[in-house]
Amino acid sequence: MKHLISVLVENKFGSLNRVAAMFSARGFNLESISIGETEDAEISRMTIVTRGEDQIISQVLKQLNRLVDTIKVIDLTRQPHVERELLLMTLKLTKTQQHEIFELINVFKGKVVDIKQKSITIEVIGSPDKINTTIDIFRPYGIKELARSGAVAIHRGE
Amino acid sequence: MHSSGKTLNGSEIFIECLRRENVDYIFGYPGGSLLKVYETLYDVHDIQHILVRHEQGATHMAEGYARATGKPGVVLVTSGPGATNTVTGIANAYMDSSPMVVFTGQVPSSLIGNDAFQEADIVGITRPITKHNFLVKDVKELAATISKAFYLATTGRPGPVLVDMPKDILNASCNFEWPETVEIRGFKPTIKCHINQVEKAAQKIAASKRPLLYIGGGVISAEASQELQKLAIQLNIPVTMTLQGLGAFPGNHPLSMGMLGMHGTYWANQAVNRCDLLIAVGARFDDRVTGKVETFAPQAYKIHNDIDPTNVDKNVKVDLPVVGDAKNFLAGLFEVMPKTTENRDPWLAEINAWRQQCPLSYSNEDNALRTEFVIEEVSKQTKGNAVVVTDVGQHQMWTSQFYTFINPRSIITSGGLGTMGYGLPAAIGAAFGIKDRPVVLFCGDGGFMMNIQELVTAVHHKIPIKIFLINNSFLGMVRQWQELFHKEKYSFTDLGDSNPDFVKVAEAFGCRALKADNPDSAKAAIEEALAWNDGPILVDFRVVKKDMVFPMVPAGGSISDMLLARLNPKTMV
Repeated sequence: MKHLISVLVENKFGSLNRVAAMFSARGFNLESISIGETEDAEISRMTIVTRGEDQIISQVLKQLNRLVDTIKVIDLTRQPHVERELLLMTLKLTKTQQHEIFELINVFKGKVVDIKQKSITIEVIGSPDKINTTIDIFRPYGIKELARSGAVAIHRGE
Repeated sequence: MHSSGKTLNGSEIFIECLRRENVDYIFGYPGGSLLKVYETLYDVHDIQHILVRHEQGATHMAEGYARATGKPGVVLVTSGPGATNTVTGIANAYMDSSPMVVFTGQVPSSLIGNDAFQEADIVGITRPITKHNFLVKDVKELAATISKAFYLATTGRPGPVLVDMPKDILNASCNFEWPETVEIRGFKPTIKCHINQVEKAAQKIAASKRPLLYIGGGVISAEASQELQKLAIQLNIPVTMTLQGLGAFPGNHPLSMGMLGMHGTYWANQAVNRCDLLIAVGARFDDRVTGKVETFAPQAYKIHNDIDPTNVDKNVKVDLPVVGDAKNFLAGLFEVMPKTTENRDPWLAEINAWRQQCPLSYSNEDNALRTEFVIEEVSKQTKGNAVVVTDVGQHQMWTSQFYTFINPRSIITSGGLGTMGYGLPAAIGAAFGIKDRPVVLFCGDGGFMMNIQELVTAVHHKIPIKIFLINNSFLGMVRQWQELFHKEKYSFTDLGDSNPDFVKVAEAFGCRALKADNPDSAKAAIEEALAWNDGPILVDFRVVKKDMVFPMVPAGGSISDMLLARLNPKTMV
């Protein structure tokens, strides 16, 4: 099953490489990985999406913990959490479809970030599932290019 | 932070840090990026620098020293090729959990990433084969980094750590500050076992009719042999050991069953198959031990004590994990053990029957010289008291079978990585660390050629290692697999036509050398070699070409697939 793992690591060069290389060296699945600074400039938070049976996930968590630059590993999957992903997507823009596209952007609570004669770039934020649906729905209109951030996630507050 | 108030350059800081870490020996090789360090070393007399002849030799020497003494081995090599030559030795130390700190020179910081002369991204290259590694970016961080490197290499599960030092850092100066304590927030190994787990383990042990201790190198790293012996002997529990665990329990004790696994004893493997409780301590259920994991110890409740939680449930699912140090576990078990335990005499009788049924044996009818004889004879003559170093292959497995290891830190061998060429430098390193016991090396003719250059190092320093060259003119273990599983196609394993005369080679290096080709001359040569202490001595044992190591559980097989002899290789037990 899919697991969402949050990892706090030392904000040092090579930390991301150590984690990514560990996944490939041990043959673990890595669907997405995102990294950014936290409230403490010395610590980065990585959000990892992986898949595997319980025994594999248990190894993933232990191997992550074993890395010296890793400070904390949390499997958020079965805990209350918020998970978001950012989608940036450029679509073909034609007079006939313009109206429908704008309506759909509203449905997905997206934002127009750039518009040109023949193209429109939008951003959508949501769970990875919502992002998948968004892409599916917009595909018939002609996706020129898209970029996904990978999931970021955090515990829900008390 | 302790401040000494002295301003030192990076090279002087490096040496000062090694002093603080009580380093006796550096195994090294100079080069461009390390010129400043070697300038400093020229006037250092309290730390001995051993000049190797290839950087791979330095890493194996450092590991041999580490395994013999328990202290971390120290390596110093230059950037680029010097650094990349250490890769095999680092990987070896990583697989066998040996404490080691490797210092590499690096091109000046400003040139890093520019494909500079003798530049290699050694931190990137060694990330997956070190416990951790560092690139020092500021001379002010050098002392703290070195102190962290030693702490990481020796704390928890030991392993190699690499510190990459750019040339400009070694030239720059700052105030020397030695951190008295090390704090790494991402590194907090569990040393003390959880008491509830230990109590549960004790109850299981007390209630077991057919318990078996499965002991790995972790017991030796943790210096827990005394605790193991007390537990096993007082509770009457038989002990089987992995290759790295040999010596943790005395091989001449009736409860010792020798090694288990692919080339383990028949009775140890049968006991694994039959036991109702398996107590794994400091062992990692390696594939050479388990064979087919589904049929490994099928009737046993499995307890697994390991200091590295990633080893738990990695290969074999266990019933009771106990994370922590082996010494803490074994001593703790003893304390909480219930007063009455099951009677194990019927179980020990069962094991003894297997022992009688298929003892370790070899043919000696034809008066030909066999490796088993040589090893057994060395075992007798040294009374099991030598530090025994091996290379990799048939002679290594025969050493596990025919040398009776009495004490911990007595076998030094490449177990996990299986590195041919490990033996000679590792023996030299061990001999630098241990002066009061003989250091003997069993090495095949294939592996000996892989780091033969280090013979100079041994001769130069008059290192009295006994090099017992097991010369069958074949890559024997590969040949064995070719015979058994690859249609007897001896593809590129016959070295007979191309091997040099090893006696002449040794003599050219300045090493005394003898030859033996029958049991009598072998016995005499062993006596002579053990009596010779004025530098290294080599004995070229011309052993029979086509012997095979038995018993053998074919890779991925079950105990029921065990082969006992060549004559009838299809014999299933």
